[in-house]
Amino acid sequence: MTQSLYEKIGGEAAVNAAVDIFYRKVLADDRINKYFEGVDMEKQAAKQKSFLTFAFGGPNNYSGKDMREGHKHLVEKGLNDSHVDAVIEDLGATLKELNVPDELISEVAAIANSVRDDVLNR
Amino acid sequence: MPVITYDKQLYQCADGETVLQCLRRHGVSIPSSCESGVCQTCLMQGIRGKPPALAQQGLKDTLQVQHYFMACVCVPEEEMEVVLAGADITHLLEVEVLGKEPLSDDILRIYLKPAEPFDYKPGQFINLYRPDGLVRSFSLASLPQREEPLELQVRVLPGGRMSTWIQDEMSVGDKLAIKGPVGDCFYVPGKPQQNILLVGTGTGLAPLWGIVRDALDQGHTGQIHLYHGSYTADGLYLVDELRALERAHQNFIYMPCVDEAGAAEAGDATIGRADLVALTAIPDLKSWRIYLCGHPDMVAVMKKKAFLAGASLSDIYADPFVYSATDNASKADS
Repeated sequence: MTQSLYEKIGGEAAVNAAVDIFYRKVLADDRINKYFEGVDMEKQAAKQKSFLTFAFGGPNNYSGKDMREGHKHLVEKGLNDSHVDAVIEDLGATLKELNVPDELISEVAAIANSVRDDVLNR
Repeated sequence: MPVITYDKQLYQCADGETVLQCLRRHGVSIPSSCESGVCQTCLMQGIRGKPPALAQQGLKDTLQVQHYFMACVCVPEEEMEVVLAGADITHLLEVEVLGKEPLSDDILRIYLKPAEPFDYKPGQFINLYRPDGLVRSFSLASLPQREEPLELQVRVLPGGRMSTWIQDEMSVGDKLAIKGPVGDCFYVPGKPQQNILLVGTGTGLAPLWGIVRDALDQGHTGQIHLYHGSYTADGLYLVDELRALERAHQNFIYMPCVDEAGAAEAGDATIGRADLVALTAIPDLKSWRIYLCGHPDMVAVMKKKAFLAGASLSDIYADPFVYSATDNASKADS
């Protein structure tokens, strides 16, 4: 039986391990942290957990609509491709820190990249 | 199959059905998003019956012990009565004023006796109702397991309607009402070796005084560091009690801090803001548990700094004291 990407990465345990590291990287990243100022950190972490579950190919109920609505006010404040690139880069660095192999990181990055147009409301 | 009670209506769950599916099938709309037990959009609370562990996975422990759960992954094992997260499930309870004593020039401690048994965790808060209906929030500093009367610590602010009334007019024997308990900032046993950092400003010490004694009472063995910050040395209170607690418990460390402006009379206290002094002393907070109470700006900034210093978000408990717009009153500082 072939393992899914989600299983190969380590499932829910991997999401739990990744979320704090990922969120910390995002908050420390001066290219994008202004978009996270003043948000409720717990709610934001729960959203990031959903995003990581989705990007790891795990169970989700992904809706482009939620992504569009959730980022609309940020696009109005200047959110663009360079910021999406930064998030995907931080995601890759998180997985590298968790010793996820490069080929799986590429797969995760490709899934994350697939929502770029929804995030940027294009 | 279990029956779910929601908003006074009974709903029969089908075999293997989640609370979300059951309510939706009956035409009840509950907000949801990921529907995989991750995003917490469908967060609900069980006020009767216990949710299965699977439906609580990933929730903060303070939410778990209050029976919060995610409706999208909750296949109930027993009858449950449920409400949306954030719904008010408390009711008014009469209390009698048992005592009132000064803790410092402008901070009072008051003791209340509830007319019926009142279950709470030290560090949670209640809303106190004056007979004319004026309401303010105060943290609970007492320990229920010691059968202490409810203890509130009140800063008397010039122009604070509730606090000046408590100081000048409220007397022993008066009957008031409370509503509660509310809040997720309290001690949960289970990790006795974990180190704990607590930072409070002003009467943010009230919940922390409850949480520290609760942790020690429940046999916490990890280090417990309490940083209490005040603008001036006058605002440091319970100093003797905290020093005594320090002598009685080797793992408890008390660090009073006074802002630079009050440096001249600081005595033993460290000069500097409590949050910054704590971070300098403990720069790596990986695997620490953190409690933050008091000034909302301190709480917000320190929450982020503690997280960036390595603490897991699920280990950070915060209780910002939000000011009332009408008379500068706030939780405890009113």
